[in-house]
Amino acid sequence: MTTRLLKCHVGVGPRVTGEALVTDDNFSARYDLDRIKGIFSRPQHKLAGESYVDKILVVNTAKGGVASAWMLHEMRSRGIAPKAILFNRVNPILAQGGALANMALCDRFEDGDVTTLIQTGDIVTVDPAIGEVSVSTNREG
Amino acid sequence: MLNGDGGYPRQWAMEHMIQVGNFFDAEDFVEVSQAHMMADTESLGIAGVEFVEKLASYAKQERTVQIPMITDPRGIDFDHYKALNQTDEMANLERRAIDAFQSLGILMTDTCINYQTIMPPVRGEHLAYGDTGVVIYCNSVLGAYSNFEGGPSALAAGLTGRAPRYGMHLDHNRRATLRFSVEYLPDNLVEWGALGALIGKHTGSYWDVPVIEGIDRAPGSDDLKHMGAAIASFGSVPLFHMVGVTPEAPSLSAVCDPEELPRKVIAASDFESFFGSYGGKGDKVDVVVFSAPQLSIIEMSELASLLEGKKIHPDTTLLAVTSPAVAADARRLGISSRIENSGGKVLQGMCFYQSYAREMGEANGWSTLLSNSAKLVNIIGGYGYKPALATMKSCVESAVAGEIV
Repeated sequence: MTTRLLKCHVGVGPRVTGEALVTDDNFSARYDLDRIKGIFSRPQHKLAGESYVDKILVVNTAKGGVASAWMLHEMRSRGIAPKAILFNRVNPILAQGGALANMALCDRFEDGDVTTLIQTGDIVTVDPAIGEVSVSTNREG
Repeated sequence: MLNGDGGYPRQWAMEHMIQVGNFFDAEDFVEVSQAHMMADTESLGIAGVEFVEKLASYAKQERTVQIPMITDPRGIDFDHYKALNQTDEMANLERRAIDAFQSLGILMTDTCINYQTIMPPVRGEHLAYGDTGVVIYCNSVLGAYSNFEGGPSALAAGLTGRAPRYGMHLDHNRRATLRFSVEYLPDNLVEWGALGALIGKHTGSYWDVPVIEGIDRAPGSDDLKHMGAAIASFGSVPLFHMVGVTPEAPSLSAVCDPEELPRKVIAASDFESFFGSYGGKGDKVDVVVFSAPQLSIIEMSELASLLEGKKIHPDTTLLAVTSPAVAADARRLGISSRIENSGGKVLQGMCFYQSYAREMGEANGWSTLLSNSAKLVNIIGGYGYKPALATMKSCVESAVAGEIV
């Protein structure tokens, strides 16, 4: 087990720990998810069929419309939500949604592309208040 | 307001905006003159409605918005929800949301074409608008200043009359970062939407600003409505420039250093491959939807003319979705009855994808959806539909034939 510390911009939401689900694809709560089942539902999405519930979701950027701002709050109220979402670059909607939902959300990583810095299955702790993410992995290298 | 002297709703609003402002390094707030909010219950959910009801429970002087505030489409047209197999539970949640929003002093305009029908912003006006199509049109075509404000942030802006100053409120973020040269001039609404989709697919994030060259005549408002909505939907960007057309781009050099930006050509072949990815001739059509954005009175009139003397296939549903203001005009002018005489439904105050589209699809057995909206076909695949894209004329012919022509 090795642990690395990644620096990012200060985010919103609480400190959380969970298992990473990573894609270099993008994210919209309205376009991409079956929010009842808690899975990615858009057939073209690289995570189609995967459950995002309680995961530390790592994606490239936010796409789509303004609905995600209400939807993160709604998803969290039912307990069918990711624990955190990490982006390379987020749009205002997801940041606003994270603020209302009190969901951990960060972007702008100093070491480069977060979708390659973290891999699916890594155990990740996100600390939005200080802009730090620690990544523990079982793989070598 | 932040210390609670103005009551809890305004204190919540300030705290929310400070979190978002810190996230984007805003140095202060900017006063905004209007707010426009996404208010459909599918995205609010029960939790969102309860949140707004809590704000509405405070005293009138503490809960009333401080600037004119209007709403995006809702999820229900109360005159049609039973026929669409939406449930009483959905309608009841919608009624609760409307009561709560109205007690905050919000005007339930239920529209995503407020820039065509209610009060178009003025160049340089700072706003807190929701709905990406509304924001990109008002920023780009009218020269207004607004970020994408999701429901909570638009509400916070309405309660305080201000928004965090970041993103589109700052001139340096409005410079072009991507340059497109268009070699094929779109000829109808679906092609304008396709152009928006082709551009939107190339944008990397909210912070990319496309500039478009090669459009040698001023497009119409509906053309730019469909194009902007598609750029925003495929790309999630809030601003484009069109050289010689939009107010901030009288010339290319006004929005970028042309030497610095490589040119990406969009050719006729790009349009062909885009259309080739949606739908196939001969496929059965379950539902034909004109929506996203809501139809202008001009689109409603064109649709009625195309349907003249025709009957929609009994196994196909045709929906024309517009704003309450346009619907009143369409009714008065006999346009709605012409659409209905052919078997179509005119829905108002909602938008198809904001209206429990997954549940509607399952309840009605709808799978293949045909539309002339590039935005709608981009969204609706995630709701379990098989989307197809065609001109308004082909959509009507397909609705009559019951299959894609």
